[in-house]
Amino acid sequence: MGMTQHAEPAVTTPPASGPGRVKDGRTAERPLALRLLARPDVGVFLGAVAVWVFFLIAAPPVREGSAMATILYQSSTIGIMALPVALLMIGGEFDLSSGVAVITSALTASMTAFQLTMNVWVGVFAALVVSLAVGFFNGWMVVKTGLPSFLVTLGTFLILQGANLAVTKLVTDNVATDDISDMDGFGQAKKVFGSSFEVGGVQLKITIVYWLVFAALATWVLLRTKYGNWIFAVGGNKDSARAVGVPVMFTKISLFMLVGLGAWFVGMHNLFSFNTVQSGEGVGQELIYISAAVIGGCLLTGGAGSAIGPVFGAFMFGMVQQGIVFANWNPDWFKAFLGVMLLGAVLINLWVSRTATRR
Amino acid sequence: MTDTNEAGTHGAILADAPDSDDGVIVELRNAGKSYGNIRALHGVSLQVRPSQVTCVLGDNGAGKSTLIKIISGLHQHTEGEFLVDGEPVRFSTPREALDKGIATVYQDLAVVPLMPVWRNFFLGSEMTKGRWPVRRLDIEQMKKTADEELRNMGIVLDDLEQPIGTLSGGQRQCVAIARAVYFGARVLILDEPTAALGVKQSGVVLKYVAAARDRGLGVIFITHNPHHAYMVGDHFSVLRLGTMELSAARDQITLEELTNHMAGGAELAALKHELSQVRGVDTEALPEEGDLTAPVATVKDDAS
Repeated sequence: MGMTQHAEPAVTTPPASGPGRVKDGRTAERPLALRLLARPDVGVFLGAVAVWVFFLIAAPPVREGSAMATILYQSSTIGIMALPVALLMIGGEFDLSSGVAVITSALTASMTAFQLTMNVWVGVFAALVVSLAVGFFNGWMVVKTGLPSFLVTLGTFLILQGANLAVTKLVTDNVATDDISDMDGFGQAKKVFGSSFEVGGVQLKITIVYWLVFAALATWVLLRTKYGNWIFAVGGNKDSARAVGVPVMFTKISLFMLVGLGAWFVGMHNLFSFNTVQSGEGVGQELIYISAAVIGGCLLTGGAGSAIGPVFGAFMFGMVQQGIVFANWNPDWFKAFLGVMLLGAVLINLWVSRTATRR
Repeated sequence: MTDTNEAGTHGAILADAPDSDDGVIVELRNAGKSYGNIRALHGVSLQVRPSQVTCVLGDNGAGKSTLIKIISGLHQHTEGEFLVDGEPVRFSTPREALDKGIATVYQDLAVVPLMPVWRNFFLGSEMTKGRWPVRRLDIEQMKKTADEELRNMGIVLDDLEQPIGTLSGGQRQCVAIARAVYFGARVLILDEPTAALGVKQSGVVLKYVAAARDRGLGVIFITHNPHHAYMVGDHFSVLRLGTMELSAARDQITLEELTNHMAGGAELAALKHELSQVRGVDTEALPEEGDLTAPVATVKDDAS
């Protein structure tokens, strides 16, 4: 009853900005090197450099420019998909159907164009619609039902895997699609999705450029836009985000559709590089994308990560995959390498998130 | 560089609103909510005025959470009326409530722990600059503003880049309160802000409740601690089993009576009557019905 009703703000000094402002004096600056090391994307960068140096020493052919071009190409096909998968992971979800969705996209484009004997761009557009629809379905199911995305996308994964095979056999009486390389618009589409260009006597695939451009774009969106802020928020704490007015449903569904967009792009690259599509492929690729994102410092549970980390993650994968070949080792070791890198990255992630939330 | 600066609009909520110096901002009239055949809340009337703290007390399961969820737009009422500035409303998202100037600070979901303090401060109402498609966050402005606003509320932080999860529970609540005040909230709903806090931290939060009130906000303070409520409250409502058991202004009730109501005083008196028929039960220490002088359940008369 005798309580003072009018409380005064605790600080009497006016807020001052600039170097000489009041500090609460309870935080000590950690050395720059330590702070940098604590960043997951710096960790994976060092990891990628280490793997690169290792193969430079262990496999002399890697030192040639053409070998580097192959490695970068390999990395880019993983990396382009790893980007939306990483954004989705930061947004707190994952997509197990992303691997077969690439094939679904390629099959749709190929078969639509071939069966209707139309310009390949019609097929490309049909594939885009299908890919976005798959992404929308995944996102909508996850948001509406509240089921873990693991279950929902496991379902989509199996549906797509089965449908890929069954529909292809039904339409073409074969497990692969027909060659579409002589169809209208093929040359044009190949230029967009699968061409090469020369830099200093080395043939580089155009996917490398797309990969780096997309990564830069994703980084900008993630760190410098509202939408990026929302991605971190819905992954970090969905309920808080909703309570302060973040459109959680829109953010999550659009992230799934972004994965669809990535699957469409890589699917188109596959189609216009190899002219036909094997309907049974793509299984297991989703785990590669997810691993690249995790190695790149994205928190599996959402709320933390970057777009640049998965670039190095994908590079590590491409490097190891090709490096083993160049070193004349048994390529069966590839998956074992992946496993070791993944575990290492997860342990570092765990340590970082514990440090970050330590009170 | 700043051709479309959305940052300038944040205060508009306050400015556009009709001037209601002693008018009621938020009012519930006999409002209720049923989940299927379960009546979680029934016949609740409540008024929130500027510069007043309305305390809603109640034990676990009394319907406090349902009540704030209706006002904050997470759920919709199924009976009665919900008015903002005298007009009936029905919010379907928290965003709509926010646009009306009703901000809620939740006990455990006030912030996103892994995000930096300044990003949390502006989450959902980010400042941007530039034209689409290059519209981007105005990071410098946001950091500067967050720092200023926090200092105005008496919260000094070294590093606004640190994840908000590294702050203490009381500090996090205070950041959330400062955020709500900055974004032009006219009504601030605090969901058990002191429940998980120590004595000293509770004091800090209560201080900011008072600071928010002094800035002219209507505060709805949800708690099950009558002592905390009585320190800052102007009006007290006690919920029990989804209905309103007590609605009293500060001058109509003492802390003792409030505590008694919270402890289930009315029920205890009835129980005492029953127990006195049974031999061997000491009923002397229990309160009589006459001890409860405060107006009991006068809610329905108020509403008509």
